[in-house]
Amino acid sequence: MGKAFGAVASVGAVATLYAMKKTWDPLPSVKAAGFTTLDMSAYEDNKLVTEKWRGKPIFVLKQSPEMVEYAKKKDELKRLIKVGNDYFMIVVGLCTHLGCIPGYRPERKDFLCACHGGQYDSTAEVTKAPPPRGLDIPPFKVDGMKVVLGEEGPEYKKMLQDGITLPV
Amino acid sequence: MAHFEKATSLHDWLNQRLAIDTLRRVLATEYWIPKNINFLWAMGMVLAITFGMLLISGIFLLMYYQPNVDLAFDSVNYTIMKEVEFGWLWRHVHGVAASVVFLIIYIHMFTGIYYGSYKKGRELIWISGMLLFVTFSAEAFSGYMLPWGQMSYWAGMVITNLFSLGDLHLNGLVEWIRGDYVPGQAFLNRFFMLHVLLLPLVIIALIGLHFGTLRIPHVNNQEGEEIDFDEEAAKYKAGKKKEAKVIAFANDFLAKDMFVVSIFLIFFFYLVFYHYEFAMDPVNFDPADPLKTPEHIYPEWYFLWSYEILRPFSTNVGLIAFGFAQVIFFLLPFLDRSPNAKPAHKRGLFFYWFWALVIDMIVLTAMGKLPPEGIFSTIGLYAALTFIGLWIILPIITKMEKEVKE
Ligand code: HEM
Ligand code: FES
Repeated sequence: MGKAFGAVASVGAVATLYAMKKTWDPLPSVKAAGFTTLDMSAYEDNKLVTEKWRGKPIFVLKQSPEMVEYAKKKDELKRLIKVGNDYFMIVVGLCTHLGCIPGYRPERKDFLCACHGGQYDSTAEVTKAPPPRGLDIPPFKVDGMKVVLGEEGPEYKKMLQDGITLPV
Repeated sequence: MAHFEKATSLHDWLNQRLAIDTLRRVLATEYWIPKNINFLWAMGMVLAITFGMLLISGIFLLMYYQPNVDLAFDSVNYTIMKEVEFGWLWRHVHGVAASVVFLIIYIHMFTGIYYGSYKKGRELIWISGMLLFVTFSAEAFSGYMLPWGQMSYWAGMVITNLFSLGDLHLNGLVEWIRGDYVPGQAFLNRFFMLHVLLLPLVIIALIGLHFGTLRIPHVNNQEGEEIDFDEEAAKYKAGKKKEAKVIAFANDFLAKDMFVVSIFLIFFFYLVFYHYEFAMDPVNFDPADPLKTPEHIYPEWYFLWSYEILRPFSTNVGLIAFGFAQVIFFLLPFLDRSPNAKPAHKRGLFFYWFWALVIDMIVLTAMGKLPPEGIFSTIGLYAALTFIGLWIILPIITKMEKEVKE
């Protein structure tokens, strides 16, 4: 009797826990909430614009020639996205430490996260801890002068492979 | 069917059905409290009363609060504060109580540490107390989300991100906790559920457990003296009240407890009416904005010390240090290797350890509030290392302690 009850009870307990876990999952409508298309001809050099994708802030920073030089020197061109003849930094604007939004300082061309003092340069590579890595790059696909966020184009897949960004 | 007599009074009627006399004897008139204690032993009762005030003020706030990302902020800051008559009173009682309850919890904890009240049969009292501390922390955090201001949102963001556990990169877990990629409606709703139902239920159950664990060991006393409660109770019941080392919980001891509670309540309502602003962060009077982080974010004062242990390190080390700070107090009864359940001033090195811990936690608290720059970062780092170091040397210095004879 005791064993039979134990067996039935544990099946019931597992099933209940499973249902509870699934209830806490994000809803399909949240998961599906989609794609953001950016028109890259609209941005200006060294002027940070914050877009929105899946509720998260996305930083877009068009690189001035001087900033491209900097990126070349630091071997960080690989973090930038080339559209036409221009280079763009497109990243999720949430600190890789604990998720605050770092602020951009155009005169110093860097980002400062006020929460715990992390810093990033103009390609969003980390220059001062605690953040463990540069800002993450969202999945993107270049389409002429447009960039679609949420779709994984070949350039993005290559970045993932080379370990330049982690999946978000 | 058991046998029942015709009742002679309401009391007798209840007594036959509920054994109220026995209940009263076991829980109150024959539950023994040592005489040799001081006002610090009233903190438990102060906590129980404060929890009662949180419950009552919370129920009234619930009548107009709206757990919806578009409405929550106004339902608190406009409807409750401006429209509902005496709405401000419930909100200020609730906010001040949530802050003050932690002050009392810390006093209660450090009283326990000072007098060695976690040793020799009192381990479970300590552990159930720590469970209460953790659950109250979760309760305060979930409550802080509800007004959906800037601090609510960004504290929610940062604290849930802790669960990605640094380089383990468990984004899936974080999104599961939030029910979304970022804190949103799903997040607010589930924290509302936790705050008003699940966690209060757990707290009530834990308070029951905490009282249960006190029953057999009884409370400690100022000298850590081992009292034979049966013998002393017999003296007391035989009328030798002067000689007995104990008094009955009710009504004798309760009267003293309530005296301390009254003083506390005067202080408490002084804060509620004249100084509530310390419990209300000004940044949280801006509605949540997912596209803008406030200049400085810091938790409420009672979380600052553990926040400061997280902050000076890189992500992974910081998380490990933070995890350490969260669990280490649970292990106190086992890390203290000394045979003495005595007050700290009779225990040699442990006395200095105690005050070093208190001062270090105050320094951590102060640094946690200041921006993480320059000298503050450095002091914070050393204070965090000191915290960890103190716990590492605890087993060693307590092992060296000589047994104190009566
Ligand atoms: C069953 C008991 C409780 C109920 C029904 C309750 C209910 C509520 C409600 C409806 C709110 C939102 C309104 C507001 O922000 O003022 C709230 C806020 C809050 N609660 Fe509670 N609560 C309870 C217990 C507690 C406890 C035990 C604590 C902490 C120790 C706590 C801490 C907080 C905090 C920090 C806030 C935010 C206050 C503010 O920003 O003004 N609550 N609570
Ligand atoms: S969240 Fe940016 S440094 Fe911690």
